[in-house]
Amino acid sequence: MRSQRTSLIAIFVILIFLLGVALINSNSLGDFGITLLSGLFQGMLLFLVAAGMSIVFGLMDVLNMAQGSYFMVGAYVAFDVQHTGGLIDLTNIIPDPNFRFVVAVLAAVLVGAAFGYVLERFLLPSLYSRPIFQLVLTFGVSLVALELVKFIWTTTPYSWTELFGVRESFFELFGQRFSTYRLFVVGMGIALIVAIGLLLQRSRIGIIIRAGVEDREMVQALGIHVRSVFTLVFTLGCAIAAFGGAVAAPFLGASTTLGSGFLLQAIAVVVLGGMGSYAGTAVGSVLVGLAIAVAQDTAIGTSFAALPSITPMLLLVLVLLVRPSGLFGNSR
Amino acid sequence: MTPILEVRDIHTFIGQFHILEGVSATVHTGGITVLLGRNGAGKTTTLRSIMGLTPPTRGSILLDGTPIHGKQAHTIAQMGVGYVPEHRAIFRSLTVLENLRLAERKKGDFAHQADFIFELFPDLKRLIELPGGNLSGGQQQMLAVARALVPENRLLLIDEPSEGLAPVIIEQLIAAIQRLSGQVSVLLVEQNFRVASKLGQNYVIIDSGHSALDGRMADLVKDQALIQRYLGVA
Repeated sequence: MRSQRTSLIAIFVILIFLLGVALINSNSLGDFGITLLSGLFQGMLLFLVAAGMSIVFGLMDVLNMAQGSYFMVGAYVAFDVQHTGGLIDLTNIIPDPNFRFVVAVLAAVLVGAAFGYVLERFLLPSLYSRPIFQLVLTFGVSLVALELVKFIWTTTPYSWTELFGVRESFFELFGQRFSTYRLFVVGMGIALIVAIGLLLQRSRIGIIIRAGVEDREMVQALGIHVRSVFTLVFTLGCAIAAFGGAVAAPFLGASTTLGSGFLLQAIAVVVLGGMGSYAGTAVGSVLVGLAIAVAQDTAIGTSFAALPSITPMLLLVLVLLVRPSGLFGNSR
Repeated sequence: MTPILEVRDIHTFIGQFHILEGVSATVHTGGITVLLGRNGAGKTTTLRSIMGLTPPTRGSILLDGTPIHGKQAHTIAQMGVGYVPEHRAIFRSLTVLENLRLAERKKGDFAHQADFIFELFPDLKRLIELPGGNLSGGQQQMLAVARALVPENRLLLIDEPSEGLAPVIIEQLIAAIQRLSGQVSVLLVEQNFRVASKLGQNYVIIDSGHSALDGRMADLVKDQALIQRYLGVA
């Protein structure tokens, strides 16, 4: 009870601090709104990478260092499907770019899920009792994925050029123009937070996952085949990260640095929220996203260009000083 | 009476340690057999070996004549073996209802058994929405036993149910387990000899990883020298 109160106070203090700095940096309410929206946008992208990582770690004790790769692969697959002249050119079959974007996201999710399924089913099983080997293996898989992406799509970064409805529209608030696409990603992220939350809280598979996070052995002793739950959760985690990459691609483009950049920040989110805690990951994503946006604003016109990239780690250190097990983590 | 469980000369290692060096035990259908022995004798490892959580490397285990050694824990559970581990292993973040529902092997198991479970443990009914971690030790123990009753189990493996509980709670548990006898067979590990002698019809004494003696509980109760020798209680 006391530790919960400490966590809530810590979240409140961080939020007030971030919003305070954002207000000081802003010249107008419009600027403040842009910082907030940018923070939420980055927070949701981080959530999409970190959610699977957190659930997989909680249930399986596997820290998947390849999680960022699914994000990158998702971005490339979505880009490829959406644009003309790619590996899978659907422009003649599906001329409507809006509908093609939906197909592109679905294709990215399917590729991410297949990639995750293969890793969990065929490569990880013999390493479940050897955590260091898991780290080495998943890191190795991320390198293989990177080389594969370079081989298929070369090292040239792609900027999204194909127009479609929500990507090109803007709305106005406090006299400032906001990209509707950012709002769309924030909405998707929130919808996914709620959907995964409902899955964990209301469904039988969710109850099994929550129970497995506490005591895998006992779940098995109740007659539940934990291995198949592992496969399902791992596949789902990879599919969510690929989904994240796909919805981020129209804004961030597709590049080979996408995976590694998001991986480090996602690890910060997972540890800051409390290893294996879903609620912690959701809250951690928003806090880290906002902190990065505020740091980006603060760094403008100063010599602290590296501030946004070190901010997640600074925030992590601060939180761990107050709560060594993270905001919502237990001390096991 | 026909045996529901036959454990024949099992050997189990934990890492490099040879914990069970030949344990045999029989549980008769509808009866309660108690595994007795000093701390560290191998009683818990015997239950874990039967459940497939620490599989034996030698020997055989038969459930209703079907070999179950070498099978995985979830398969053994699906064959009708319920497990109530030492320290209860209640899922602390799950509510009492979720803990019970998790044990369903087919839809409707809990609804089917709910009346019987709440008759045995009426306290659980009013605690149904509370997280398992908020329950007292006694309530958690009741929940652990109740959880094993949700599916149709043929055999229950219960490890140290009275450990750390107040005498009044122990009496409630004894009454509940006695009621189970006849409907389901039980292999019970119990350090408290008073509880063991009240519940068991048969006993097996495990001493340093071997099954040293077995027989009828009524005979053991009369033999104070034997009790003193193997269990250190008079």
